[in-house]
Amino acid sequence: MDTLEIKNVSKSYGNFVAVDKISFSVPKGVIFGLLGPNGAGKTSLIRIINSITAADEGSIEFFGEPLIRMHQQKIGYLPEERGLYKKMTVQDQLEYLGKLKGLSGVETKDRIENWYSIFGMEDWGKKKIQDLSKGMQQKVQFVSTVLHEPKLLILDEPFSGLDPVNTNLMKNEIIRLKNSGTTILFSTHRMEQVEEVCEKIVLINKGALVLEGEIDVVKQKYKDHLFQFEFGGNQIPPLEQENCQTNGNGQNIILQFDDIKQANNQMQIWMAEGYVIKSFKEILPSINDIFIKLVTTEK
Amino acid sequence: MNKIFIIAKREFLIRVKNRKFWLATLLGPMILAIFIVVVGFILGYDGDDEKHVVIIDRANLFDGSIKDQANFYFSFSDKDVQGLRNTANREYDGILYIPVISGVEEDQVEVDFYSDKNLDLEKLTSLKSIISSEIRDYKLKEMNITQRQLDQLSTRVIVRTEKLDPDWASQNKEGAKSSEFSSYLGAGLGMAMGFIMYLIVFINGSMVMKSVMEEKTNRIVEVIISSVKPFELMMGKILGVGVIGLIQFLSWVLLIPTVVLIGNVFFGFETDLQALEDMQRTGNISSDDMEFMVYQFISEMDKIPWFKVISLFVLFFIGGYLIYSSLFAAVGSAIGDDMHDSQSLVLPITIPVLMAFYIMMTTIRVPDSSLAVWSSIFPLFSPIVMPARLAFDPPFWQIALSLVLLAGAVVALVWISGRIYRVGILMYGKKASFKELAKWIFYRE
Repeated sequence: MDTLEIKNVSKSYGNFVAVDKISFSVPKGVIFGLLGPNGAGKTSLIRIINSITAADEGSIEFFGEPLIRMHQQKIGYLPEERGLYKKMTVQDQLEYLGKLKGLSGVETKDRIENWYSIFGMEDWGKKKIQDLSKGMQQKVQFVSTVLHEPKLLILDEPFSGLDPVNTNLMKNEIIRLKNSGTTILFSTHRMEQVEEVCEKIVLINKGALVLEGEIDVVKQKYKDHLFQFEFGGNQIPPLEQENCQTNGNGQNIILQFDDIKQANNQMQIWMAEGYVIKSFKEILPSINDIFIKLVTTEK
Repeated sequence: MNKIFIIAKREFLIRVKNRKFWLATLLGPMILAIFIVVVGFILGYDGDDEKHVVIIDRANLFDGSIKDQANFYFSFSDKDVQGLRNTANREYDGILYIPVISGVEEDQVEVDFYSDKNLDLEKLTSLKSIISSEIRDYKLKEMNITQRQLDQLSTRVIVRTEKLDPDWASQNKEGAKSSEFSSYLGAGLGMAMGFIMYLIVFINGSMVMKSVMEEKTNRIVEVIISSVKPFELMMGKILGVGVIGLIQFLSWVLLIPTVVLIGNVFFGFETDLQALEDMQRTGNISSDDMEFMVYQFISEMDKIPWFKVISLFVLFFIGGYLIYSSLFAAVGSAIGDDMHDSQSLVLPITIPVLMAFYIMMTTIRVPDSSLAVWSSIFPLFSPIVMPARLAFDPPFWQIALSLVLLAGAVVALVWISGRIYRVGILMYGKKASFKELAKWIFYRE
């Protein structure tokens, strides 16, 4: 059963259509990338999933049930714009947010202890948020998001503002949560992170769904049939074709073919002509390339 | 409901744990009370320099004996002024020369006072009043009038007020008739209650507004409303701050009189009694009148239906607080972190509160004018105006109608505020216009 089944969801504010008939499903236990440029409608969609706002049209199912506000207790949400009560202590803050998610006092305290030891925050309890560094605040915010052990964790730009060490720490924690069965909806416009952690993605732009699928499949779908040949022995064939690039020390050439068979044929011709080919590979587009291509062609 | 409680508890605790709360709650009223005591002390300060005055009493007004009073020490002398002046070791500060008084017709007596330093105003007044009172006694004696006859000349008039309604007389036993003191007492009580309402509405309303703005600029609001309904968040906030307001109100009401009392005891100085003594001395009021007034006051206090008045006050407090604090919450949600932005949106809330306050002031003078009656029924004014009328025992139908309308207004305005709030807290950027606020009310969730 999928964690989320989003069907034809629309939302407008006045005349502005923020979400336009979007449908996709998020399978259980994956890290699912929700991609889109700024203002694409990601936050609007996330707010609908969080029951912060309601969709004008369409329906959402959460583990097969129609999504209702009660499901908030099974969802964790880390918004892009982070916020904590600056004057509260870490402990008070986490207990408060835990109780609002329906945890009992004792439960909350135990879990907070546990997370303190995971993130090395044991002596932070009495500190006020305003006395913590930004990275430390991020950790507190993350803990507050996962304290109630949500079935679905929505992370909006979770790594923004984190240094590489903390980014790594957080990434490992996210993967650990995924492995323990949590579904993670990962919203970002930072594509390199998507390739690192996501298995499936959707791309939305101007409120509408542009692309959906597993990362490998998407890359295959949007590849340009570019192939890179690396030559040895200081000799490269004369280049007559259009769309031809060279790079490296002038030893690499990238050519576009109709398919891999055609590329292989060309390689055989060159080898017969006596050129030394050290390596040959197909160049797949990065998600970033696909993202830019789709978003700019849309305009 | 449970979540509203969790939120209210946080709003309450975060304030109670703040040192500023205790400063405002305990130190604030104490400072004010100390201020009252000190100002009272300064205004009533008699001066501490004592004057030894020798009286040359040619009129024999004092009969050779006079009580020392108001920092004056008196003694008598038979010598003339010149003789006293020439005394080698002067043990006095001044000489008071009272000439012979020709008779009772004399409406002006000139006495001479000799001293190196001029008399200050306070001492001059005391001295004049001492001599004037002695001359009065002298004249009474000369005219063969006794103090008793004089007292009989003045007549006290008391207006008893009673209702025309024939049922009223049978229902109310002896002593139920009220004197004019009930009007004074009612006015005082009404004024106090109206003023307290006004303060609570303003101070706590803006506390709620600030708290909403803080959450919005902190951006934590998005985290919170992914756990609770915006309405629950708003109500929790209003309740938590409401309890804070109640505590502060109680602290002010209890601490100020206590500290003033202690302060007066400490300074050995009783403002009110002093004033009454002065009144007695100048002959404006006799001690019988004093006792009568105190008796009247106590018996009128007794007649006020305290249980009814206080429970109604609490109801109007709850209603007024809910209406205005939710409006303040809505305004807070519609603006960003800039307090200056709030002015134009806060104004429409401020105007009815201020209007109600001024109507309340006139209500105390004429509690049954049509302005007072209708204002005490109109829900935006009634929380401030009706408490001011309660001590004057307004008709039941007016209280009932006022409460019903207030309850309706609470539901309507809390609902409207909640609608604005739920949209406002998620809107960033420039502050909203009234047109936008109106649109937000009708946004679908």
